[in-house]
Amino acid sequence: MPKDVDVRQLRKLLEDERTQLIEVLPPDEYEEEHLPRAINIPLKSLNREAVASLDPSSPTVVYCWDDI
Amino acid sequence: MSPRAAWQLEAMGFRDVYDFANGKVEWILSGLPIEGGGPHYAMAGEVATAESAVTCKLGERIGEVRGRLEGRSDTFCVVLNDQDVVLGRIGRSQLDADPATPVEEVMQSGPTTVRPTEPAAALLDRMAKRKVTSVVVTSKRGEFVGLARREDLERLVARSS
Repeated sequence: MPKDVDVRQLRKLLEDERTQLIEVLPPDEYEEEHLPRAINIPLKSLNREAVASLDPSSPTVVYCWDDI
Repeated sequence: MSPRAAWQLEAMGFRDVYDFANGKVEWILSGLPIEGGGPHYAMAGEVATAESAVTCKLGERIGEVRGRLEGRSDTFCVVLNDQDVVLGRIGRSQLDADPATPVEEVMQSGPTTVRPTEPAAALLDRMAKRKVTSVVVTSKRGEFVGLARREDLERLVARSS
């Protein structure tokens, strides 16, 4: 089950170099602003091919704009 | 959006998945660095500060509150309950009441507030039209975040464009 994290917990996770950070917003929003280290896989493109280069055993964090 | 992505990753075999549900907004409002080509989406919460705001609590007397606004550019005192929820405001004219009067008897209830995610540029326009110099920012639960002052918003918008 995915675990919710706040900004403090996210920063802790990012101390681990293995942590993978994914922004799931559309590319134009990612290009404007994104968190350091984040890669962009829009939700509509999130499939096995898109995540093939990621390690499924490493911590993986997803985010978008906010929780609204 | 991100909860669905998190579940989808689990369905694809990812074993240690986290959802940073408050997303870019929480990151930016925490003052952390952001990357990208911009423009930056400036929000009221980026400049809202509680430290320099004048506040009082329900149950306090006007006589206790009066001095807090002296010598300040702020034109009102924000009234909070014990949970720091914004319940009202007291302008300078209400401070003329009897010093023994509880603040809740003279405060203006239900003051206008904005959320931290309020777009700064649009907020500035509204403030200029209404000749407002500061606005109360609250969380979605109504808790006091701080005051967003016009000069700070102007600097933020200028930096972001």
